[in-house]
Amino acid sequence: MSKPKVGFYWCASCGGCEESVVDLAEAILDVTAAVDFVFFPVAMDFKRSDVEAMADGAMAACMINGAIRSSEQRAMAKLLRRKAQILIAYGACSHQGGIPGLANLFDRQSILQTVYRDTPSTVNPGDIRPEASTRIPHGEVELPVLDEQVKSLDQVVPVDYYIPGCAPPVQLLKDALAAILTGRLPPKGSVLAPDKALCEQCPRAPSKPDNLLIDQFKRPHLERIDPEKCLLAQGFLCLGPATRGGCGWACINANMPCTGCLGPVSRTRDYGGAAMSALASLVNSNDEAQIAAMLETIVDPAGTFYRYGLPASLLFARAGANADKGGHEP
Amino acid sequence: MSSNVTLPVAKEFEPRIVAFFCNWCTYTAGDLAGAARLAYAPNMRVIRLMCSGRVDPEFVLAALRQGADGVLIGGCHPGDCHYREGNYKCLRRFQLLCKFLRQMGVEEQRVRLEWIAASEGDKVQKIANEMTAQLKLLGPLRLQITPRVNGRPRAAECPPAPTKGVAP
Repeated sequence: MSKPKVGFYWCASCGGCEESVVDLAEAILDVTAAVDFVFFPVAMDFKRSDVEAMADGAMAACMINGAIRSSEQRAMAKLLRRKAQILIAYGACSHQGGIPGLANLFDRQSILQTVYRDTPSTVNPGDIRPEASTRIPHGEVELPVLDEQVKSLDQVVPVDYYIPGCAPPVQLLKDALAAILTGRLPPKGSVLAPDKALCEQCPRAPSKPDNLLIDQFKRPHLERIDPEKCLLAQGFLCLGPATRGGCGWACINANMPCTGCLGPVSRTRDYGGAAMSALASLVNSNDEAQIAAMLETIVDPAGTFYRYGLPASLLFARAGANADKGGHEP
Repeated sequence: MSSNVTLPVAKEFEPRIVAFFCNWCTYTAGDLAGAARLAYAPNMRVIRLMCSGRVDPEFVLAALRQGADGVLIGGCHPGDCHYREGNYKCLRRFQLLCKFLRQMGVEEQRVRLEWIAASEGDKVQKIANEMTAQLKLLGPLRLQITPRVNGRPRAAECPPAPTKGVAP
């Protein structure tokens, strides 16, 4: 009997998700013993035409990491959706839009202007911009078109499961592969990770006071951090109360506050809203001006509370003039 | 051609305001405004909560997502909270939420927090009228909505935002 076929593809991502596969270490031998990788552009030489040649549903499972923000990525997502029985959004970008999703604070035009004109390191006297198609002496060449907004995978194609994290913790990948191979999968649409907040079983939980209040928000690069004590109790913006657990407290154990990469638990409608609610209520003041002064130290709420998930949030992108053409596919 | 053809009249934009009122002060003030027959703009839909401290930023975001052009939160004056501290919690969350909303291009006038005591029926009238007028000037909130393609829609994504600009 042939082994189940599996694909692994990347869209707008950094490659960290591929690293998490490498992090399987020796366990990757068990994986390759159990499945055949039929598409894995980072690691193996397969082409898009190989995927196109497959029958629909030929892959037992395909994992896509990275957000969707170009015509090529949209086309690949649709192609892989057709070829895979189970499509898994792998990693924070695919799951929630991820760090590339913060581009939704700006419109496409201003992003292109910054990158191709305004940054100090840009030398572009002809103001050349990427074009969908360009004539060169050898003929016509084409480039993917950058979308107006960044989307999570499930805003482009139906997704069966999510493996969260930036990058996903190795244990979650192992558990997911085991579940796929044994067919013991939860209902479709599930996030394949524990559905409890990180705070709940945090190793530092005993040092979290019952009535936690914060007098001053501190930034981790400016302070000495106590390696034992609850980070919130020390005044650091730790997003553990709002974030799904399952990472093994990797950041906490490295003495850094949680930044929320695993996204919300299933009861939450808007991750950043829940995080803002949890954090703001800890401000130890009832005075309007004093509260405002304390919140001054949270310089970038969108980047802090929606670092990994602006596209999946209720507001999706900055409101405004481009709203009418927003989100539509050409 | 007949001369009595009625031309379509351009409808004025009627903003939708979702108001979260606390049970003990602001909602009672709303009742008082009604009893005193103080008419105010019909653009405001009131949702009664036990305390302004119950207003989660998610509620405000969900209202905006589902088509509200503005959100008003009404609570007891500082020091008057029925639960002692709820309105202060509301104030802290509101301030942080506002910072985020500015980054998202949502204008300051769209989301307001007002302390309205049970006796201040006239203040409910004044704020409702004032906010409606301000939102008419601002026009509809233009969000860029992209729902998920499949799966259980998150509660706030369903139903999708209806067409803007119709009378309430």
